[in-house]
Amino acid sequence: MRRNESDNTHGHGSPGAYFAVFTALMVLTAVTLWAAYQHLGIWNTPLALSIATAKTVMVALIFMHLRSSPKLTAIVVATSIVFLAFLILITLSDYLTRPWLSIYGR
Amino acid sequence: MADGPHAAAHDAHDAPRELRHHFVDMEAQQEASALGMWIFLVTEVLFFGGMFTAYVIYRASYTRAFEGASNLLDLKLGAFNTAVLILSSLTMALAVWAGQQGKKNLIVLFLTATILLGGTFLGVKVIEYKQKFVHHEVPGPHFVVPEGLPRQSEMFFSLYFCMTGLHALHMVIGIGLLLWLIARARRGDFTPRYNTPVDMVGLYWHFVDIVWIFLFPLLYLLGRHTL
Repeated sequence: MRRNESDNTHGHGSPGAYFAVFTALMVLTAVTLWAAYQHLGIWNTPLALSIATAKTVMVALIFMHLRSSPKLTAIVVATSIVFLAFLILITLSDYLTRPWLSIYGR
Repeated sequence: MADGPHAAAHDAHDAPRELRHHFVDMEAQQEASALGMWIFLVTEVLFFGGMFTAYVIYRASYTRAFEGASNLLDLKLGAFNTAVLILSSLTMALAVWAGQQGKKNLIVLFLTATILLGGTFLGVKVIEYKQKFVHHEVPGPHFVVPEGLPRQSEMFFSLYFCMTGLHALHMVIGIGLLLWLIARARRGDFTPRYNTPVDMVGLYWHFVDIVWIFLFPLLYLLGRHTL
């Protein structure tokens, strides 16, 4: 058998898994709405971002078939996260440390 | 797996018509397409990433203005749109699944549902934007600083319009791609052997959903605990 015929089910999710992810995404949306009104001090945004990240992981793994994709795809995805972190963290390392030198904005 | 030269030679005669000659087989072609699409999505992450970075910096600098301005957004419409977009991701995933089965009618059905949901999202967005114009909350000469808020609230609305606008533009492009897919599906282009375009547009659509998954809490929810 040729690879493309024998591996016909490669990378396929099932509708059951999709409905499960959909339900989880809706539940997490409700949780994030509820959490936004709680007084958590500085933790409101970290919690909201954690929930958003959890939702993203589910969408990527199941809806976008990352779970059953080649390792190379996972490396590419990891690269995007690394570079996004560079973009934000290195920029912040400038902006957030400016007040330390008392030449803010100059 | 182990095909050998004979299998390859055999392949040359009755290769699937969708198979470009520089690929060994359909699976290699599909994997190359998927990898290319993911690399494109990486560039998209950084495209949106620039705006998220601007958001982080200005929000850190003008926290009170951002929280107050965020509370002026219509949370009901935002939450409704979040649900609509998640549902559209489900129908898109089901369209990709139908594509893998080569079920023409199901593909068209799920793609149509995805378009309707995407259109609903954009329709709600139009209502939200209109409210902002009516309330003079659109940055520019007609902006009126909301009562009790620092003037940097204008910065929040600038970022709100840039980020949701860029996201909406991606939705419009996505709907265009979905219309193209429907035309191809109706023509019977997609079979269990070849359904790459449905799969690739699916990746794009889910990515746009992910962007909204972050935009929603960052734009609509950041100040609700101060109410």
